[in-house]
Amino acid sequence: MTLHTKSLAALAAGLRAREFSSVELTRTLLARIEAYQPQLNALITVTGPSAMQAAAVADGVLARGGAGPLTGIPLVHKDIFCTEGVRTTCASRMLDNFVAPYDATVVAKLKAEGMIMLGKANMDEFAMGSSNETSYYGPVRNPWNPQLVPGGSSGGSAAVVAARLAPFASATDTGGSIRQPAALCGVTGLKPTYGRVSRYGMIAFASSLDQGGTLTTSAADAALMLRAMAGFDVRDSTSVERAVPDYVAALELPLAGMKIGLLKEFFEKGLDRENERCVREALAVYEKLGAKLLEVSLPNLGLSVPAYYVVAPAECSSNLARFDGVRFGHRAKDPKDLMDLYKRSRGEGFGAEVKRRIMTGTYVLSAGYYDAYYLKAQKVRRLIANEFEQAFAQVDVVMGPTTPTPAFALGSKTSDPITMYLNDIYTIGANLAGLPAMSIPCGFVHNLPVGLQLIGRHFAEERLLSAAHAYQRESDWHTRIPAGYE
Amino acid sequence: MPISENPIGTPVSLLAMNNETWETVIGLEIHAQLSTNSKIFSASPTAYGAPPNAQANLVDLGYPGVLPVLNAAAVGMAVKFGLAIGAEITPLSVFARKNYFYPDLPKGYQISQYELPIVAKGHMDIVLEDGAAKRIGITRAHLEEDAGKSMHEGLGAHSGIDLNRAGTPLIEIVSEPDMRSAKEAVAYLKKIHTLVRYLEICDGNMQEGSFRCDANVSVRRRGQEKFGTRAEIKNINSFRFVEKAIHYEVARQIDIIESGGKVLQETRLYDPDKGETRSMRSKEEANDYRYFPDPDLLPVAVNGAFIAQIRATLPELPDEKAARFAAAFGLSAYDAGVLTASRELGDYFEAVVKLIPQDPKLAANWVMGELAAALNRDGIDIAASKLGPARVAGLLQRIADGTISGKIAKEVFEAMWSSGTDADSVIAEKGLKQISDPAAIEKAIDEVMARSPGQLADYRAGKDKLFGYFVGQVMKATGGKANPAQLNELLKKKLAG
Repeated sequence: MTLHTKSLAALAAGLRAREFSSVELTRTLLARIEAYQPQLNALITVTGPSAMQAAAVADGVLARGGAGPLTGIPLVHKDIFCTEGVRTTCASRMLDNFVAPYDATVVAKLKAEGMIMLGKANMDEFAMGSSNETSYYGPVRNPWNPQLVPGGSSGGSAAVVAARLAPFASATDTGGSIRQPAALCGVTGLKPTYGRVSRYGMIAFASSLDQGGTLTTSAADAALMLRAMAGFDVRDSTSVERAVPDYVAALELPLAGMKIGLLKEFFEKGLDRENERCVREALAVYEKLGAKLLEVSLPNLGLSVPAYYVVAPAECSSNLARFDGVRFGHRAKDPKDLMDLYKRSRGEGFGAEVKRRIMTGTYVLSAGYYDAYYLKAQKVRRLIANEFEQAFAQVDVVMGPTTPTPAFALGSKTSDPITMYLNDIYTIGANLAGLPAMSIPCGFVHNLPVGLQLIGRHFAEERLLSAAHAYQRESDWHTRIPAGYE
Repeated sequence: MPISENPIGTPVSLLAMNNETWETVIGLEIHAQLSTNSKIFSASPTAYGAPPNAQANLVDLGYPGVLPVLNAAAVGMAVKFGLAIGAEITPLSVFARKNYFYPDLPKGYQISQYELPIVAKGHMDIVLEDGAAKRIGITRAHLEEDAGKSMHEGLGAHSGIDLNRAGTPLIEIVSEPDMRSAKEAVAYLKKIHTLVRYLEICDGNMQEGSFRCDANVSVRRRGQEKFGTRAEIKNINSFRFVEKAIHYEVARQIDIIESGGKVLQETRLYDPDKGETRSMRSKEEANDYRYFPDPDLLPVAVNGAFIAQIRATLPELPDEKAARFAAAFGLSAYDAGVLTASRELGDYFEAVVKLIPQDPKLAANWVMGELAAALNRDGIDIAASKLGPARVAGLLQRIADGTISGKIAKEVFEAMWSSGTDADSVIAEKGLKQISDPAAIEKAIDEVMARSPGQLADYRAGKDKLFGYFVGQVMKATGGKANPAQLNELLKKKLAG
């Protein structure tokens, strides 16, 4: 029985029918983690014993008939979500010793659903990175090729799902951190509308951009997970008070007549020819399914990367000020005074990319520079949001590539941050505008997965999920498993 | 850190000498802790005096992943204050982060308001020494969270952090540089203090730091338009210290300029033990706070309906009450001002007047006089007075109806104050009832006249001053209980022969 390749719905059905138990399922996946973790480095912490205990409890619930659709199903949380009693590192030396005293809202919700946490996924330090190479715990390897990066910052979560170590991994997306690794690992990534999923307990990188979401093998599984994760949270003022629709039921929304906007700027310079070919073939499938393709343009999209790399570092410079060695996290040994405590705790605790962004952010907020950088970036942000709004007056969904190229080699971009930042060029726009977006597998180039990106109107996750689902019924890219992980 | 850059010292007497030449310019930033039950962005209680860190939850501690949630009660209180100073209420105000590192600031930033404060452009009128009114402009009042406290005593080489206060809601009330003397500054500070307590948005406790202020002080030559360089004096927590700190600072600045020096723009700390201000940090050392809108909080939307709802809760304001007292009870502006200095005092006075409506002036004198003195002596708040308005009114009633004299009344009051009983019981028990029987008074007069033939002869010979002697003797003979008016009348008649 190949439990690890089953969809969430199939797992739920199997558990209810007592074809297998949660304990068996959990044991199977923990064994896979044990087997593949050395080559992937996808997890920072594995919580085997507590997972087995939770699985036994879930089996009890299943036996009594009180189970929900996710009861007994294992998951992995990105190590940016606080988990009570379990180390939560954000892949930083700063939090190497930090055991969170509470559960993030997302964690609590999924725990209440009866899901089983297998461990915490590796990631870029404080979610800052596009290759998972900034982790204090070392890079994650791409299951499709161990010499390549899995993308970032949710590289561990994407690798976990691609390698079928868990059917779902939570993730966060500030500038593409769900969609880019989803594309590079050949899995389905969903970044919901800003405010759809609570940020409480999700360690902040850039508060106005961060959004929790899903990494799964299919849109159908993403719908199941989003239904459980979404919703207003009194503890997060930026979460939106709006009913959560039944995303699973919405999967069947008809596609015919849907207008798809091809973003002109997405297909211009920098896009790998082969990547483009896969994306265009996917669009042809949509056309065949009855959708209409139109070209739309966001003339200022080119400014999204510079605007993002002002706003995100600005917020991060402030958000990461709390890591000062005083109350939690890394504390320098034998500080001679307060300034020494601050300087060494932070100097030792943070990695190079985090420091780079803190310094950039501090600079752009400084007196005399605020107007030229932060304020201007906010204006660009509004401009891009307006342009998206105009595009959505004509089309229902915007589509294009998720990344310019497939997965790149480990170490190939680490020496040049700008090149690394440009890898986010297609994904950042949705974050700046707060829009929901997905990446789904749409083909392979040299045996490496390529992602198709779908961007929707605010709170149009149903539309996105149904469009992705329709495509996945016509294609099998999302069912492909990297060699060695079958 | 230089202790003082003024080696000469600053005799305060200089001030008087320089009043002709120099003008003082003062602006105040008042911090008032709002009396909400819980903190501005967390559910922790705000009560004062708990063991260190007993009232600090994960949000107050700035733990990774936690988020602030605005306490609506704090918004209501800020709006209430804004309405009471005739200010504009900003329909969409914005919280901003003020970034700086300090151990008692857990997040590494303070959530405050910067470009768009909730309250803008109001004013407060003060009464100057010559009785004239002066309007002090209030630039803005904004909501923010208080920081924690660093503790440096009793911990050896270490410093401790108490985060109980971290996250307590504050309004910071920023005045225009409209005050021209320490007295004006104190008058303004007192009026704001009275107002926030009237509004029941702040307990005004200065010792516990619920109400404190920073003073921006500069001097300029009279007639000069441009402001002088200012020094900001931090965290002054009593009315007396405000006055002293300003006096010291003004003298210091004048001294520097007159000795050919230049006043530095800097932050200074007032040391009440030494009675001086000293430099904390210069303009160059000042933090760049890198303010930016807090992305964790939505802009605060205050609509007309909310404002109307808050307006409906406004009590009669101190100035309105004083004007009413003056008009309705025939009190002087000064007395009306004193009696409305706190809501409780005003209420007490009104309760007394209600019971003795025929003589509000008598009520005013007693409440401001004997009662205030007794409260002051015992350090008791009027709300906790040993004698309620009915007891005091009962006493005044006995003065009014002639049962006792005003002088005896003071004795009765003291007995009431210690025993807590009513005036009539004291009067009966001590036999202090006034003698108003003409026969009894005449009898006493006759006796005194009989044993003072010399004085009587002198009086009748034109020594009018001796009248007082006879009054004193009769009073002594009657134990002070003779009705003074009657005594006067009868004595005059009898002495005339």
